Amino acid sequence: MQLFHSLKRVLRRVFALADVNSMYASCEEAFRPDIRGKPVVVLSNNDGCVIAQNKLAKATLEIYMARPWFEIKEEAEKLGTIVFSSNYELYANMSNRFAAVMSRYSPRMEKYSIDEVFLEMTGIHVNYTDYGQTIRQDVKASTGLPICVGFGYSKTLSKLANHCAKKQDHWNGVCDFTSMSEDEIDAILATLPVDKVWGVGSRLAARLNKLGVHSVLRLKYADPKRIRDEFGVLLERTVRELNGEVWIEMEDELPEAKQVMSSRSFGVRASTMEDLSQAVAFHASIAAERMRGKGLYANGVYVFAQNSPHDQAEYYSGQLSVGFPAATNSTTKIIKTALWLLKKIYRPGVYYQKCGVMLLDTVSSCGLQSDMFGFTEGDPKSEALMDVMDRIKQKYPNNPVKSAAEGKVQAWKMQRNYLSPNYTGSWNELLEVR
Amino acid sequence: MSDEISLIAKLELSPSRVIIPFYEGKVNAGQSRFVSAAQDYEMKDLDLEEFLIQDPPATFIVQVARDADSMVDAGIHPECRLIVNRALAPRARSSNIVVAVVNGEFLVKRLFKRFKSVRLLSENKAKAYPPIDFTEDQELEIWGVVKHAIISFP
Repeated sequence: MQLFHSLKRVLRRVFALADVNSMYASCEEAFRPDIRGKPVVVLSNNDGCVIAQNKLAKATLEIYMARPWFEIKEEAEKLGTIVFSSNYELYANMSNRFAAVMSRYSPRMEKYSIDEVFLEMTGIHVNYTDYGQTIRQDVKASTGLPICVGFGYSKTLSKLANHCAKKQDHWNGVCDFTSMSEDEIDAILATLPVDKVWGVGSRLAARLNKLGVHSVLRLKYADPKRIRDEFGVLLERTVRELNGEVWIEMEDELPEAKQVMSSRSFGVRASTMEDLSQAVAFHASIAAERMRGKGLYANGVYVFAQNSPHDQAEYYSGQLSVGFPAATNSTTKIIKTALWLLKKIYRPGVYYQKCGVMLLDTVSSCGLQSDMFGFTEGDPKSEALMDVMDRIKQKYPNNPVKSAAEGKVQAWKMQRNYLSPNYTGSWNELLEVR
Repeated sequence: MSDEISLIAKLELSPSRVIIPFYEGKVNAGQSRFVSAAQDYEMKDLDLEEFLIQDPPATFIVQVARDADSMVDAGIHPECRLIVNRALAPRARSSNIVVAVVNGEFLVKRLFKRFKSVRLLSENKAKAYPPIDFTEDQELEIWGVVKHAIISFP
């Protein structure tokens, strides 16, 4: 019996959640030591409103979050606020670096979002507080990004521990629930409002509040069956997770990304077939180029176009995919097919906010199968053309060679007046040293 | 493309519809591919990235300014690119070439540490730039250690 208990202890599942503090602002600050100690805000697509801010901006400009930039511009600038357009290329690159460092610390990792990574710690018997500090130092030294780490017996608990590590300075960036007694954890949960729990949004929190459930602690000790009847199985799962049961599994990533995607919101809403075609052709060529860069061929293509669910007008989201008869990497074929799909999903009168192209089920060239219908790759003319196009693009990043379908004036490109250099993605925009 | 395709099947699949195309017209029968016998002997090509970048998530490429000539004797010329490893910064040793942050500006210099003395040295005999000294209350911030310089010739 004693053996059983010690085994259970040894095998108990443990999870860690690491997340980057103020991700977007931290990415900008990693290359701008001169703005340290100043409030920093990052604007949404088209410089619309504030979507991210560093700790200092939060302290002085709390009310500015989600406000339109033009409304607060004058006041923010008076306070010495540094403003950036969203530099998604940079954030994606830094996010991959963050994940690459994290992957050193557990054989099982899930990249949950651009700034969050779950690690499975089961069977890794170390002092988690020390381990968390090592991880923090490694990420900070390698990438310049500041992170916090939380440990717990479920993903939900590790997320809460991370929240504590981030909001309460005395944890010094690492909070380990597994080293605490149940009473100690409960004392912490009693101080946290219920909407801090993973998966409990503001609407759900309001409903819970009405029933007298305000703190996380109260939710933890709610009757799971009653919760299921009232709120459904998802919240029941959350309650069980708060009690240290594992109900949400790690979602391991595929070893090789099978899809290649390019999508973007429009700078100015697009409604004509012509504007939309240009954008789709552009994304098709970007995705094709990315895919060729990885030496891959696509077996299918997926196109989507949508307006915003927050629009006054009815929400429309058109999406359609088609398989190629044989895997291809040809920009011409991919654009043609994407435009053919676009015609099928296009609905006139819709002001489209976003569109994109995804290449599906990609295979490396050695896994290539030929078809019987003459669509087959290996067309030497086409491959030579693609090669030349890619090389010209690499040499001249402004991209002088385009498929005619991409169009000349790209009105739908984003407005980014405060854009920082693409330090990690363009030879012409590298960080300058003296 | 569109006229090549006629649809014989539509499938409802999440997250979207998938159309399976059917091809009309001529069929080239008997087409096949033989795998080259040399494939078994294929060797890996020389990989510059593997040679130049030991720690990918910590490696950043930076560019020397057009008029920055303080390190020419070390082979670091204006406008050349430097491959910098940030993770090595906390362990930077005397004689390493480093990228440091001084007054909010990025400088590339030779690090010199001896007893309590910490300095950044330039390497340009012709111009003899003075060293930058650091004291205990003005701490030196090292951003990364320079591992390689890329110099291109016309």
